[in-house]
Amino acid sequence: MTEKNRIAIAILALGGQGGGVLAEWIQHVAREAGWLAQGTSVPGVAQRTGSTVYYVELARAGADGRMPIMAQMPMPGDVDVVVASELMETGRAVLRGFSTAGKTTLIGSTHRIYAISEKQVAGDGRGNGEKILAAARERSARFIGFDMEAATERTHSVISVIMFGALAGSGALPFPREAFEAAIHHSGKAVKSNLAGFAEGFARAQGEIAMPQEEGLEIPTPTTTMGKVLAARARAGLPDAALANALHGLAKLMDYQDGDYAALYLDRLERIAALDRAPFDLTQEAARHLALWMAYEDTIRVADLKVRAARFERVRDEVKVKDGQVLTVTEFMHPRLQEVAESLPAWLGRRVMGSAWLDRALSKGRHVETTSLRWFIALRLVAMGRGWRRSTLRYAEEQGRIEAWLDRAQKAARTDLARAAEIIRAQRLIKGYGDTFERSLERFAAIMAQADGGAGAEALRDARETLLKAA
Amino acid sequence: MAERSFKSEVKKLTAGEGETFTGEGILAVTKGLLQSGVAYVGGYQGSPISHLMDVFADANDLLASLGVHFEASASEATAAAMLAASVNYPLRGAVTWKSVVGTNVASDALSNVASGGVTGGALIIVGEDYGEGSSIMQERTHAFAMKSQMWLLDPRPNLTSLVDAVEQGFRLSEASNTPVMLQMRVRSCHMTGSFIAKDNVRPAMTVGEAAAAPVRDTQRIVLPPANFLHEVEKIEQRWPAGIAYVRDNKLNEWFGQDSETPEIGIIVQGGLYNNLNRAMELLGLADAYGSSKIAVYCLNVAYPLIPEEVSAFCAGKQAVLVVEEGQPEFIEHELNTLVRRADLQTRIVGKDMLPRSGEYSAAVIRDGLGKFLRAHAPHLAPAEVKPDPLPRDVAMEIPQRPAGFCTGCPERPVFAAMKLVEKELGPTHVSADIGCHLFSILPPFDIGNTTMGYGLGTAGASAFKPKDKRAIAVMGDGGFWHNGLTSGIGNAVFNKDDTVTLIIDNGYSAATGGQDILSSRADNPERVTKNPIAKAVQGVGAKWVKLVERTYDVAKMRDLLREAMTSPEKGPKVIVAQSECMLNKQRRVKREQGKVLANGGRVVRERFGVDSDTCTGDHACIRLSGCPSLTIKSNPDPLRQDPVTHVENSCVGCGLCGENAHAAILCPSFYRARIVSNPTGWEKFRQGWRARIVGWMQARDDRARMARAF
Repeated sequence: MTEKNRIAIAILALGGQGGGVLAEWIQHVAREAGWLAQGTSVPGVAQRTGSTVYYVELARAGADGRMPIMAQMPMPGDVDVVVASELMETGRAVLRGFSTAGKTTLIGSTHRIYAISEKQVAGDGRGNGEKILAAARERSARFIGFDMEAATERTHSVISVIMFGALAGSGALPFPREAFEAAIHHSGKAVKSNLAGFAEGFARAQGEIAMPQEEGLEIPTPTTTMGKVLAARARAGLPDAALANALHGLAKLMDYQDGDYAALYLDRLERIAALDRAPFDLTQEAARHLALWMAYEDTIRVADLKVRAARFERVRDEVKVKDGQVLTVTEFMHPRLQEVAESLPAWLGRRVMGSAWLDRALSKGRHVETTSLRWFIALRLVAMGRGWRRSTLRYAEEQGRIEAWLDRAQKAARTDLARAAEIIRAQRLIKGYGDTFERSLERFAAIMAQADGGAGAEALRDARETLLKAA
Repeated sequence: MAERSFKSEVKKLTAGEGETFTGEGILAVTKGLLQSGVAYVGGYQGSPISHLMDVFADANDLLASLGVHFEASASEATAAAMLAASVNYPLRGAVTWKSVVGTNVASDALSNVASGGVTGGALIIVGEDYGEGSSIMQERTHAFAMKSQMWLLDPRPNLTSLVDAVEQGFRLSEASNTPVMLQMRVRSCHMTGSFIAKDNVRPAMTVGEAAAAPVRDTQRIVLPPANFLHEVEKIEQRWPAGIAYVRDNKLNEWFGQDSETPEIGIIVQGGLYNNLNRAMELLGLADAYGSSKIAVYCLNVAYPLIPEEVSAFCAGKQAVLVVEEGQPEFIEHELNTLVRRADLQTRIVGKDMLPRSGEYSAAVIRDGLGKFLRAHAPHLAPAEVKPDPLPRDVAMEIPQRPAGFCTGCPERPVFAAMKLVEKELGPTHVSADIGCHLFSILPPFDIGNTTMGYGLGTAGASAFKPKDKRAIAVMGDGGFWHNGLTSGIGNAVFNKDDTVTLIIDNGYSAATGGQDILSSRADNPERVTKNPIAKAVQGVGAKWVKLVERTYDVAKMRDLLREAMTSPEKGPKVIVAQSECMLNKQRRVKREQGKVLANGGRVVRERFGVDSDTCTGDHACIRLSGCPSLTIKSNPDPLRQDPVTHVENSCVGCGLCGENAHAAILCPSFYRARIVSNPTGWEKFRQGWRARIVGWMQARDDRARMARAF
């Protein structure tokens, strides 16, 4: 540790993450060690979900007792340590010039808290974290990055104490580990979990840069005779590039309906594959989008997914139910007459569709308590509609749309494979339920109209991207 | 109950002579007031001085024991008018608010108190919210000091200087019979540090004693002929007295007087001194302790300037750089006049070296200083450094984080309902107001056309006299009691306005930190609360007044708004939308529930979730909410590409997600989980047999599915 008379520390955090507490801990450590410490910030409106910069300056009095003049905000090029609570805040520290190559120890979490501009996009509006990581490495003396949110979960602590641990573990400050821990003891709040979080942060600061771990998505292996037959058929008839998606698709559709339905999927896919050639983008994309479309969300499907044992288990996990606690789960369902009618056998559905009485009865949303016996059985009955799904109005409608879409793609594939792939990709626009679903169908139709008008691959892709963002 | 409690910190305020006081800037200022024998304190909360009001409130017992009167004023005008107590009596008084907006509100009373002048020291502590997080950053309190002739202190930003400024401020005020403004910059309010304390002093006269022995002096009342005398008095007596006090007591400071480069100098506002020194240090022109190679004249008193000090500093210098934040550059103008009058040939340069707008951070000052040196002292000038900004394509990935409603905020459903009505009736002119609800203008709601000032939502809609489409005005409960009752509702009744006013009644002055107000539902032993807004509105003559007691009921909110927009009745329509501020509620409820849980009692927690296998990733729910807990995550379905909606564990179960899903017919993916800790025997029993029957059916279904699975 070099003898320094001043250490400048910038903390970038979001409202509620305890950036202020972290700043106080740091000052406490420094003052106990005989340093002068000053902290500043601009709370207020920024506290409500905005991002806030806390600035801490540590300094020592001059040899003749003269007091140092302290700055009130981080000065680009003159910050020794940056601690950021999230990946894009790490990026913001770099953007604002707080982190300097060859000088700054940059400590940042690699997890994401998405901004509203990223969340509200109907498609995928997320920023690119890889670019941020690269910039963080380039523009610092040392970059310490790991998933602090996961560390918080593991230790049942708060992110501010993980940051505090990582700061101590980085060795960027001339204070021993015990001095940091003493600050946690001194504050006297949640000491046990905070010390655990501190230790975790301290240890992680020694490790490699690590991104949050995503659940692995393994390619399914068939378990039933029918599954094995279909998988073998896919392997034989489809290009390798499309195989992963096709196997996922087969598994999805057998779960959705049955083996015959999955076979229909393969029939359709083979038609596309026959027109395709390397690198087989078209077949790969068709394997994805065709499976998604064929597994359209009707009331039967929704009910089926809601009553499964695995779903009950997932909810318990997600809301962190502990032993001895009682959990009830209520769904917010609003099936309109249309959706109900569509899920009935067509002859019945058509008759029901005109019923003013039913329309009124269904005009209000339902609170469906799935964990109660009454509603569980009701949903299970709806799920049994799988047996007559092929005779429903919705089935006829969806299969018609699918065939028209595939025809269009096949026609395009004969002259322009890229254009055909874009026609297939337009399925991504079809989303949601009720009004949202209908609006998405309109968007899809608009792209199909462009395709019919002769629009090329690039124009179709641009149109899709624009429509996805427009929402 | 305010957002932040200073109960433990205010204990530090009892520190006596010689003790080291370590804490925040606002606490230091409070300590300075007590050391000065202040007799009364008032103010109106708002960033950055909200905490100052909270400190006063939490220090109520200490203030009472010293005989100091504290009042949470109804507005900044009320606070300023309170200074009337110092006009006839030797009472030291201090008031505080956010500037420049608060000073605008207070300016009527300020003009009057500045005209008549004061006997006891009158200190106005303004939180100058210039720069980051500011609302009206381009206006300066300096202008008010000039126009009303009040002295403006802008001390160096360290706790010792701040406390000195408080103490000197009172003396300066008394020496010149003039109110003094003490400008606290944003970061100085929240800055931590230390100073050596003195004993607290009881006021020489209390407000009670003053009231018991009234003094009447018609010369101090703003009525002819006295007001003509005030003008003369200001120029002939108070101004010279003020200048003499500042000069004789050396309130301004000088650094680097034995500099090697006497041909140049720098004049800086006290509040910017630290940034200037840091800039000079990094250019090798000063050390970390303020020893400077260039002469610096530091204006701890930003107004008035002291002519003899200015001419002494400028004499013999070819050029002087003025470091003055904000515009117009009042100090630079005045310096030019003073230099001209003294017949000095010194060039005064400022805004041609430094930017006209924006905060003067150390980096900005470094660049400006570099430019100045290249022009006037090239031998000291640093080499020009080329900026190396982050490449555009990387910078583009970093999203803005506009302020938004908190998790579970009861105002969010109001705007979700407005969004739904907008879809039915088409867009309407929306006159927004100051307060948390102003976040409606940001994504995802994008609602609101103008905002004219605190409590002025309804007044801002008054020119719209609709034929068939009514304007909607939004007003918060804080703004309502501040002035909206008269400026908005009273005005609308009187002028037969046909507007719709939505009053957000969340029980606190939420945006400024959750202080109690007249209509708060909480018990407050120090104040009178529980005065319903609806009653006040009816009291000024509004007829169409509706109450929503649970804003989370989006469908009801939507229907009521539609009714207000389409009702044939003329005159203002007022909807009072009530639900407690979630930030305050959580603070209250968490503590209560923690106690119950610790004693093994039954506690119910609710939160929402999203089933990722039915979520199609269209995010329509997010566009109607924007809740921080409602976010996205990578799609667990290997075939789907768009992220799914996801509810984080920070969800407080306010219910909006479910109400939106119903009211806007969104999606069946939302579920509400109700988790009962320490359930009753009956609950456990019911849970037991339900789980057995449901489990048996699920096991059967799983077997059947496995048989037909892949």
